Amino acid sequence: MNTRIRFAALLAAPLLMLALPAHATLRVFACEPEWGALAHELGASDVDVTVATNAIQDPHQIQARPSLIARARNADLVVCTGAELEIGWLPVLLQQSGNAKVQSGQPGNFAAADYVRKLDVPSRLDRAQGDVHAAGNPHIQTDPRNIALVAAALAQRLQQLDPTHKADYATRGADFARRWQSAITGWSAKAAPLKGLNVVSQHKAFVYLYDWLGLKEVAVLEPKPGVEPTASHLQQVLASLKGNPARMVIYAAYQNPRPSEWLSRNAGIPAVKVAFTVGGTDGAKDLFGLFDDTVSRLLAAAAGGAAR
Amino acid sequence: MHRLLPASIALALAAPLSALADTSADITAMRQEIDALRASYEARLQALEQRLKATEAAAATPATPPPAPPPAAPPPATVAASGNGFNPSISLILSGLYTHTSQDPGKYGITGFPLPGDAEIGPGPRGLGLTESELGLAASVDPWWRGAANISIHADNTLEIEEAYVQTTALGNGLSLKAGRFFANVGYLNPQHSHTWDFVDNPLAYQAMLGTQYGDDGLQATWIAPIDQYVELSAELGRGRSFPGTDSGRNGAGMAAFSAHTGGDIGDSSSWRAGLSVLNAKASAQRLSTLNRSGSLVDSAFSGSTRVWVADAIWKWAPDGNATRTNFKLQGEYLRSRRNGSLVYDVDGADSAGAYGATQSGWYLQGIYQFMPHWRVGLRTEQLDAGTPDYGVNAGALAGDGFRPKKNTLMLDFSASEFSRVRLQFARDQAHEGASDNQLFLQYQMSLGAHGAHSY
Repeated sequence: MNTRIRFAALLAAPLLMLALPAHATLRVFACEPEWGALAHELGASDVDVTVATNAIQDPHQIQARPSLIARARNADLVVCTGAELEIGWLPVLLQQSGNAKVQSGQPGNFAAADYVRKLDVPSRLDRAQGDVHAAGNPHIQTDPRNIALVAAALAQRLQQLDPTHKADYATRGADFARRWQSAITGWSAKAAPLKGLNVVSQHKAFVYLYDWLGLKEVAVLEPKPGVEPTASHLQQVLASLKGNPARMVIYAAYQNPRPSEWLSRNAGIPAVKVAFTVGGTDGAKDLFGLFDDTVSRLLAAAAGGAAR
Repeated sequence: MHRLLPASIALALAAPLSALADTSADITAMRQEIDALRASYEARLQALEQRLKATEAAAATPATPPPAPPPAAPPPATVAASGNGFNPSISLILSGLYTHTSQDPGKYGITGFPLPGDAEIGPGPRGLGLTESELGLAASVDPWWRGAANISIHADNTLEIEEAYVQTTALGNGLSLKAGRFFANVGYLNPQHSHTWDFVDNPLAYQAMLGTQYGDDGLQATWIAPIDQYVELSAELGRGRSFPGTDSGRNGAGMAAFSAHTGGDIGDSSSWRAGLSVLNAKASAQRLSTLNRSGSLVDSAFSGSTRVWVADAIWKWAPDGNATRTNFKLQGEYLRSRRNGSLVYDVDGADSAGAYGATQSGWYLQGIYQFMPHWRVGLRTEQLDAGTPDYGVNAGALAGDGFRPKKNTLMLDFSASEFSRVRLQFARDQAHEGASDNQLFLQYQMSLGAHGAHSY
């Protein structure tokens, strides 16, 4: 009997060692840098965050790389945009991870776009319209009011998943909400001169930003979403600007600047590179920096300076 | 709530103050005071704590939404009106091909590699034609299983169930189980569907040693190690229904395979994966077209076992990891097959049974470069070695001459979007001794319906 117990203990020992890395910290796998930054704000030292993409990668076009599978396998929480932004890689990544906690529908699977109102929801789905997303435009992080909504939901989710640090998440959530709110007030006031300005976008990536600041998108350089700008389409955009001039052309840090630069030269308007996410520009070091930098770049362009 | 603050400050101060007290009497007195304080406040503290918790929970929701006009409330959940909302996602791959060859494809063979008469090797029929149309269905079954099927409709109007499997989703611990029909998880290319290949055809080594692509009916267990380094182990059992095995209605398994893969990133720009796999298959009375010394094809029957080792490696590069504009992919595999058993030479004629043992090997190396958006160019070079088979008593009729099949392939493809691809491919195929073949293909591959997510 005794030896049997000893044997069982011997068998259990390696299992215990396997179980030990059940860290005190919650392991968060963020698909995009903005959600990684948000998880840092809300979780601080209680979370261990890995970010799957950087600001100069196109979040539509990521591969289910081995390193990502390994990290998704060990995650307690996957925080992604959702709204089909990651449809080309996230489903296969989760499937291959063998991690039951982060499968769709589980508490460990958090899709930010579920908590905001989506714009550009297509009335009809047809790929002849380009890379349209059935759930609406997924680039929700360009409006800080969306970040506030997502932060509230994410703080709740962190409390649910890691009850031992519940109070800490709640405190940090409330603190972030307060700081974020006053920052939004500041950005909105500062950006007031932008209201009503006509702009051109390279990709339909900024509808939420425009919705917030009251900018008017008069043209898009991509002929269809996700389709590279063509010379003929650029000429059409240029011609359309004659009757309806725009003040600037806006592109995201991860995009090829050439189409925007071409329009900038030919239409005589500044091309503005915006960070799009945390890390996209030198100024966008965190979520606050992201909007500080975005607003100041847009203002500089509106004032006539070439914000590059 | 505010009365809690002085109390806690007093408590907090009491502890460090006690350190300053000189005599033990003072300490005792203070302890007693604190105890008294604690006793009297304990009940109220608990009550206050509970009230605090309740207010916090209530405050968590209303405190966070911004007072500034919010973009909007979360949308009402869109629920499909009918039961159709549960329909599986459906995708359809449409593909067609124009083939031009300098040799008759009907006489194609890989010299030194006896294969079943119906093996899918070579360039296929000349002229315009459809390649397989592939219908894919996939959905969650319930919270514990998902299911997927790929049904391939061939140009000759025959249906083939390429894959039809169920897979666990809720086992956790990096483990998943699959049951049904699926492509064996060996090597790099074997589990990949043909519409994701970078060339029109699979490499010669796959054609000669794994029946182009090895699929089977069986069970598979896959496990991802719980460490930051990617380590994937998989083991599977199958009935051995296709080459290099044969379906013979045995009770046990006719195929067993095991594979180990690892991989990772090198900075932001590169990633890699490499692995080693082994597949064992049993064959009985497997009909093979064998080329004899006088140069004619005769039917032989192989019974025995085959062990195929596959070493695979792939390296992908894109500037800063952004593959949208340019990217490069280098991929290579080495296959080694050991067949052991008996061979009945010329089944309908001489019918001479003898021992048979052969060690065959082959490799390919390919590079694919996307030099500008939409456009990719690719080069593949490959070679096979039939080894020196031991034909036993049939050595007089069958011995080979050490010919090494070779092939070089160049391709250029254009993808208007990620859903469509048009490809031009030229190959100089020297697999058949004395019959070098120049092959030209023009192919389209289009994907309709559900957005497929591709594995690495």
